[in-house]
Amino acid sequence: MKKRSMETSLAAQSPALIRSIERRLFLKRSLSLGALALLSGCELTDDEGVQKMLTGMSRWNDRVQGWIFNPHKLAPEYPESAITKPFPFNAYYSEEEITEVDGKSYRLELSGLIRDKKPWTLPELYALPQTSQITRHICVEGWSAIGKWSGVRFSDFLARIGADTTAKYVGFECADDYSTSIDMATALHPQTLLTFRFADQILPPKYGFPMKLRIPTKLGFKNPKHITAMYVTNEYPGGYWEDQGYNWFSGS
Amino acid sequence: MEPTQTHWVEIHPLIVRVTHWVNALAILIMVTSGWRIYNASPLFRFRFPNEITLGGWLAGALQWHFAAMWLLVLNGLVYVTYGIVSGHFRRKLLPLWPRAVLHDVLEAFRGKLVHDDLSRYNAAQRAAYLAIIFCLIVLVFTGLAIWKPVQFQEVAAIMGGYEGARFLHFGAMALMVFIVLVHILMVILVPRSFPTMITGRTRRAS
Repeated sequence: MKKRSMETSLAAQSPALIRSIERRLFLKRSLSLGALALLSGCELTDDEGVQKMLTGMSRWNDRVQGWIFNPHKLAPEYPESAITKPFPFNAYYSEEEITEVDGKSYRLELSGLIRDKKPWTLPELYALPQTSQITRHICVEGWSAIGKWSGVRFSDFLARIGADTTAKYVGFECADDYSTSIDMATALHPQTLLTFRFADQILPPKYGFPMKLRIPTKLGFKNPKHITAMYVTNEYPGGYWEDQGYNWFSGS
Repeated sequence: MEPTQTHWVEIHPLIVRVTHWVNALAILIMVTSGWRIYNASPLFRFRFPNEITLGGWLAGALQWHFAAMWLLVLNGLVYVTYGIVSGHFRRKLLPLWPRAVLHDVLEAFRGKLVHDDLSRYNAAQRAAYLAIIFCLIVLVFTGLAIWKPVQFQEVAAIMGGYEGARFLHFGAMALMVFIVLVHILMVILVPRSFPTMITGRTRRAS
């Protein structure tokens, strides 16, 4: 208010002065806009303060997604006719570098806040009650594809091994040196499956033999393949892509 | 012009000026980071040059996009609430007659469109500003459908499903960028409208 009345009185006294101030202001604005435009997106993102702000916002978005997540909301399921063929291969390496896991010597190792840490062999896992789903896999890159996965309901498996389901996280280590982790609410979601089959066949290596955790409520990179170890913890475990800046929750 | 013959009048309220510039910044970040995200999996047979994108790589672009979305939405809510409650939209952007819009757009092409009184928008301006507001609303809802196709699956269904929403999101961006470019061209043609959007004031004959 005070400022405005001062400006009006100035304006009455000296419009020429105002005009020159305004011209200077205009020039200054256009200069700083120009400077901003010259900064390439890369340099701006690498700035330490900017990176801190972006990481902070990503942590905030983790929390918001946790609030938005409805444990009873199911991902849409599709008919067999909607399945994408061929289903795309995707990993942090090329298709020639796919890890081959030996099914005979394979063991799923358990650790952390789990009562029964006995390792599981494949025949033991295959003997558990199985269920199927046809859902949309959505990649963080934007593309999506519909596939059919079959396996054990993950919440049933967690109950069977005596996992502490009041803990915050479930983490995964994979044979291809990949790792990721998810929130307990998503781990307990009815459509989160520990899968051994893709399109009614034993998972081929390119889709994650011997097992892939299928989570239709999360982006593709949160669905680990070739899992060899899993643990339950209250300490934030991060993951391969998460540690490089991809959003941790990444819920759909 | 003699000083005694003019006086200053405020034509853009402070809240409109602040939300205008915050919106401009938010759109700049959303569009340039969005182009980088588009490049990771293009819908059409072209990519945006990386030099004009924000984020450096996909993860960086996503961080920018999901940070600036809060700025865009919160600022937009302030602006739209003010626009409706204060009667700003009714006074400045309405009525909007299709015939008047067509007439003014044709006049603009012939270089005859006048915008002497900065406090009143001609029909072409009203249509452009309302179209930008409409595009932004579509962008927010298609964005929600792409971000949360499971949690907000009802929104996603209206927006044409996950894949449909991606195309609509792109289309609304393209239309909005086009209108913004025309808007900037018009500001260059009527330069005195630029400081007015900063100070809010314009000189008027007494």
